[in-house]
Amino acid sequence: MIEFENVSFSYEKDRPVLRDVSFRIETGEAVGLIGANGAGKSTVMKLLLGLLSGEGRIAVDGVEVRKENLREIRRKLGFVLQNSDNQMFMPTVCEDMMFGPLNYMVSREQAEKKVDEVLAQLGLTELKYRHNHRISGGEKRMAAIATILAMEPEAVLMDEPSSALDPCNRRLVINVIRSLPQTKLITSHDLDMIWDTCSRVILLSGGRVAADGPAREILRDRELLEKHRMELPLRFQS
Amino acid sequence: MNKMEKALHELGEMDDLAARSSPIHDMSATAKLLTTIAYIVTVVSFDKYDLSGLIPLVLWPVLLFQLGGIPVRTCFYKLRIVLPLVMAVGLFNPIFDRAPLLFLGSVAVSGGVVSMLTLMLKGVLCLMASFLLMATTPIDCLCASLRTLRVPKTLVTLLLLTYRYVGVMTEELAIMTDAYHLRAPGQKGIHVSAWGSFLGQLLLRSMDRAQELYASMLLRGYHEHFHYAPVKPFTAKDAAYLAVCLGVFALLRFVPVAALLGGALVR
Repeated sequence: MIEFENVSFSYEKDRPVLRDVSFRIETGEAVGLIGANGAGKSTVMKLLLGLLSGEGRIAVDGVEVRKENLREIRRKLGFVLQNSDNQMFMPTVCEDMMFGPLNYMVSREQAEKKVDEVLAQLGLTELKYRHNHRISGGEKRMAAIATILAMEPEAVLMDEPSSALDPCNRRLVINVIRSLPQTKLITSHDLDMIWDTCSRVILLSGGRVAADGPAREILRDRELLEKHRMELPLRFQS
Repeated sequence: MNKMEKALHELGEMDDLAARSSPIHDMSATAKLLTTIAYIVTVVSFDKYDLSGLIPLVLWPVLLFQLGGIPVRTCFYKLRIVLPLVMAVGLFNPIFDRAPLLFLGSVAVSGGVVSMLTLMLKGVLCLMASFLLMATTPIDCLCASLRTLRVPKTLVTLLLLTYRYVGVMTEELAIMTDAYHLRAPGQKGIHVSAWGSFLGQLLLRSMDRAQELYASMLLRGYHEHFHYAPVKPFTAKDAAYLAVCLGVFALLRFVPVAALLGGALVR
């Protein structure tokens, strides 16, 4: 479903952020994109969403990420930002959730029906008419995920979905991610969360793919992780 | 809570006020918008010495405060920064215009004093009318109504996003102010030497956040066309409200009601 072929990118000449990155994610896969700060994780996401453009070929369902295809690509990919405050800009949760569908010409009635469905699926029905500035951080993160699900994306991309959450809300988000049937690409430093939600891990280091394989192998490989400025998940550190 | 957080809280309170339900809140945004515009035009059109003509127009905001369940205190509290500026507009009139205009008993009142009071009253009434519109109409409905009135979509989107970005900038300012005060204990305000870097940082941070917000909009299919909240239908009740208000404003503008009433009482 998602293809990266020899993708390179640099913000400044002679300081490449990504070098010759290639990977392929199949439909329905849950992939964790991990790496130390500055490894290029966010850049991969931005390139995939067409917010940046680099060299090489990036495609979603065979459709190349190019300016003329962005609307189609963005319809397929739902992106949950790290900072939910930046994702929620409408006055109420309901209006925020309807923002995407309405832009894709779904009627207001259908959009509201979808909003009800998604809120019920996530157990957030009581948030529907709440004002965005009046809900807690945990509720906001869940609502941000709901805004993306209301668009019925084929793949969900998440940037640090468990950051700044208390243990209870973190567990809630993990359970929601696990329940999603869509293809998932998740960047995070929370390797325990990646262990719980992803079957495959891509480790980025210095702008290159340092490892790509089953989460059960990579996340238990202390030597590999430490070599790339990472640590074993907390559950294996005893 | 620092000053910026308070400002942010107050912004949220305006949204809460607008989301309430009352006979005024439930009316079509278009009717309220047109009435407010008509009211402001009427107020502004009075001659600078026509203080008595303006006085009956005070009744309209009073009525809206009552019907909308909006506390008058809240209005004056929220307008506390702008009101003194508006009040200051005519302060120099008594100096430049000293010719007596009327006599209160044996006391001569100069044209400057009357025009100052008129200007002040005009300013206060216009601000109150704008506040009442914002306090009884959510910003999205207001923008939707502007679109139905054929105001260009770029202008309307600009208005809506400016309203949103005020919150974003205030949030950033609140974080920066907290960070500053935690490392400058006992200092009042921000030292003048830090103003430049403070403003520069604020601009950069706000731009970063604004860019991320815009990216979030683009990723959800935004394409220069904002889908506003559905416009409440313009009902017969709204038409009647608009007609009555316009009629009363026209009456108060062209018939010296206050002078006639005063004359009748004196007789």
